[in-house]
Amino acid sequence: MIRLSDQAFDPGALLSDFCQGRAEVGAVASFTGIARAEAGATVALELEAYPGFTEAQIGKIAEQARTRFGLADLLILHRIGKIAPGEPIVFVATAASHRREAFEACDYLMDYLKSRAPFWKKEHGPGGERWIEPRAEDHADIARWE
Amino acid sequence: MARVLLFGPLRDLAGWREREVAAASLAELRAALSAEDAALAEALARPGVQVALNQSIVRGDAALSPAAEVAFLPPMSGG
Repeated sequence: MIRLSDQAFDPGALLSDFCQGRAEVGAVASFTGIARAEAGATVALELEAYPGFTEAQIGKIAEQARTRFGLADLLILHRIGKIAPGEPIVFVATAASHRREAFEACDYLMDYLKSRAPFWKKEHGPGGERWIEPRAEDHADIARWE
Repeated sequence: MARVLLFGPLRDLAGWREREVAAASLAELRAALSAEDAALAEALARPGVQVALNQSIVRGDAALSPAAEVAFLPPMSGG
């Protein structure tokens, strides 16, 4: 399932729910991304999406990940709107028969979300605001899977 | 009329998020925007900016139906 939300979420509760009723699955991996304060340089992050398009684009990658890693299930929840430092910004969970596939799929989906998913991220700080573009490392991370 | 959507820094540069523009193709649309705001048109033409027509990525020129939705997508960053 892929979901965008402008509300804060509890990653622990999401993970508990995701693990329910999985007697045959064997492995669940998850990742939670948390908005960083950058030692006071970031007062808030603001995430913008293109409603409909963003979910559809992530959905395509999610389907690729399902096939490539043989996933039984996956969950992606991404915040939009204003996010305070310390708040979870993204949650990814993957379920597979064995741990390697679950870990790798989670890693792959996060690499995709960092630099290819249709989100635009603005950092609000004491000195003003700036749009954040993916770093060279983010591009290198996604290139590992190609 | 095409419905034009701007995202991220493009929206801040233009000072608007959404508007209607009379154009029968993407090239006409770019020309119409350029006549009003050359800096915006230049930003829209940068290599990192993708175009979605009716929510599908297109490259180069394309014809626009009367109710087309054209979105300009600058470099993306999530997570």
